[in-house]
Amino acid sequence: MSIPAIRNDWAVMAIFTVAVLTAPLWLAPIGANYPDLLQKFAIFGIFAIGFNILFGLTGYLSFGHAVFLGVGSYTAVWSFKLLTMNVLPAVVFGTLMGGVFAVLIGYVSLRRSGIYFSILTLAFAQMSYNLAYSVLTPITNGETGLQITMNDARILDGPVGDGLPSTTLFGLEMSGYSGFYFCATMLIIAFFISLRIFRSPFGLKLKAIKSNQTRMKYTGFNTRPYLLVAFVISGMFAGLAGSLMAITDPLAGAERMQWTASGEVVLMTILGGTGTLIGPLLGVGIIKYFENIFSALNEAGLHEFFAFMPDWLENIVVAVSSEFVGEGWHLTLGVLFMLVVIFLPGGVMEGIRRTTAVVRNLSKGPEKKAAESVGKE
Amino acid sequence: MSESNIVLNIRNVNKTFGGLHALGDINLEIEEGKTHAIIGPNGAGKSTLLNVCIGRLVPDSGTVEFEGQNMIGMQPHEINHAGMVRVFQTPEIFPDLSVIENVMVPALAKRDGIFKFNAFSSMAGEKQIADEALHVLEDLGLGALVNQHAGSMSRGDKRRLELAMGLIQHPRLLLLDEPTAGMARHDTNRTIDLLKKIKERGMTKIIIEHDMHVVFSLADTISVLAQGCIIASGTPDEIRGNPKVQEAYLGGAEL
Ligand SMILES: Nc1ncnc2c1ncn2[C@@H]1O[C@H](COP(=O)(O)OP(=O)(O)OP(=O)(O)O)[C@@H](O)[C@H]1O
Ligand SMILES: [Mg+2]
Repeated sequence: MSIPAIRNDWAVMAIFTVAVLTAPLWLAPIGANYPDLLQKFAIFGIFAIGFNILFGLTGYLSFGHAVFLGVGSYTAVWSFKLLTMNVLPAVVFGTLMGGVFAVLIGYVSLRRSGIYFSILTLAFAQMSYNLAYSVLTPITNGETGLQITMNDARILDGPVGDGLPSTTLFGLEMSGYSGFYFCATMLIIAFFISLRIFRSPFGLKLKAIKSNQTRMKYTGFNTRPYLLVAFVISGMFAGLAGSLMAITDPLAGAERMQWTASGEVVLMTILGGTGTLIGPLLGVGIIKYFENIFSALNEAGLHEFFAFMPDWLENIVVAVSSEFVGEGWHLTLGVLFMLVVIFLPGGVMEGIRRTTAVVRNLSKGPEKKAAESVGKE
Repeated sequence: MSESNIVLNIRNVNKTFGGLHALGDINLEIEEGKTHAIIGPNGAGKSTLLNVCIGRLVPDSGTVEFEGQNMIGMQPHEINHAGMVRVFQTPEIFPDLSVIENVMVPALAKRDGIFKFNAFSSMAGEKQIADEALHVLEDLGLGALVNQHAGSMSRGDKRRLELAMGLIQHPRLLLLDEPTAGMARHDTNRTIDLLKKIKERGMTKIIIEHDMHVVFSLADTISVLAQGCIIASGTPDEIRGNPKVQEAYLGGAEL
């Protein structure tokens, strides 16, 4: 509740927009500036921002948010198959369908709270995952995954030449940097919406529900619809993220709904800092960046890396560390997650806050303080 | 007295917990604009009676009529909007929010109703709500703490915050469950003054209190509850002189 917040909000948006749009430049030094990875950052960023609206504001921990990701992807591919290769309808329908599923799953799951809520969402997700592989094969194309084909209707597009058509935004092909910038635009919009919600009376009421739901009821609020709306918004963000996954490579598979995908967004959010605006994005950045590096490493690469050691030591070190790279990346992720939860439960954002507090104490320059408080927002 | 100025009418309310008869056939009428005190030893059923009023507990039998409408079976948030608001005995604040946010939330409830999707306006633009919250907090001597984290306040401050959360809703009937317990003498006196001021504005109150100084400073009428039954009801003077009360509750202590 600080009055200057409204002025700051626009500053936050301006900084955020510039940072996202210039990401290819400032991520170059760490080698993360190729469109594929950048696009991944943006898509998972949207997913995590949406997840944080539910988990960060209300405290309800969903373990099934990957359902909406999968639903968004399938819907987008169906839009490519039936309507047009234009990505805009795909994204709109993907978001809406995510919302529809969130209404259904949320309505039932929100009858319980705490661990029971989490388990209900997990159960729904696993159910959807299995259905996608079995009875829903006509819609999902089962294990092969849903793809576009030459025979698709695409009623809004004219007849195509030979070869599969590519996804476009009104003629602009959605590959490489144009794909990234489309996702980046969506990320900026998503962040803006999240910022507004965090600062709004609605957001305050969600935070109050997280803090003491019983009291909210005696204060005159019907908490169920608040929770449902938060759930649906976060489901729509996930639907949007899912549909964006299909815009460069128009393909949707059930594995996107697997519980590991649901767990990943929980990790990202907690790692970065639950309930903070920027935290989930930091979590996404860290996890996706290191996933990219670690999962690409193999034993040969490790030998090269540790070549400076004596041979016997090199062999031991490589043997141990090879468990943590490539396929073993998830092991690294698990360790990283444990360390954060144990030593830094507020995630990276808490780390930043603690560090700035220390720095501030060391050098109490007034200009510095002002600069920090802007950066913190 | 005419029927119309009875705000709350409790009729034959019974409540048992297992074998324990927590409330035994309670009858109580609260007149508009009056402050009614309920006193009684620990475990007498005072808080239980308030829980029945605000919909936290459903009685085994009996009715609670608030302004002519039966509250039994209504949801807590509906009862709140009907105008009956409770201030809790053990502080039920929002520990993760700031002090002023704790007061702004009930103010929003009053304005927004049971549900409103106002996700695109900014709290920074809620000048009126913020001013009102600030005003109530200053009245209670919490003006210096507005931006503090509510969870880390002292117990006495939390009690005052509780009171602020109730007052900002301008209820038709305010139910106060031991509002001064755990407060320093100075803050107790300040709270008494504030409650007197509210009374002048015509707010009807039920107040549960162990502190007899508070009770006799504020109450127009008093009921004595012991083991789930009202053993005496009357003006402060009548209660003071009632031998049954002396025996059951006061154990001969001076009134
Ligand atoms: N939800 C409950 N379940 C079981 N027993 C309860 C419950 N609530 C209250 N009781 C019991 O009912 C009796 C009355 O409790 P209540 O809290 O109403 O007393 P009180 O008059 O408010 O006492 P105090 O002055 O200590 O606040 C007590 O014996 C208590 O243990
Ligand atoms: Mg009590």
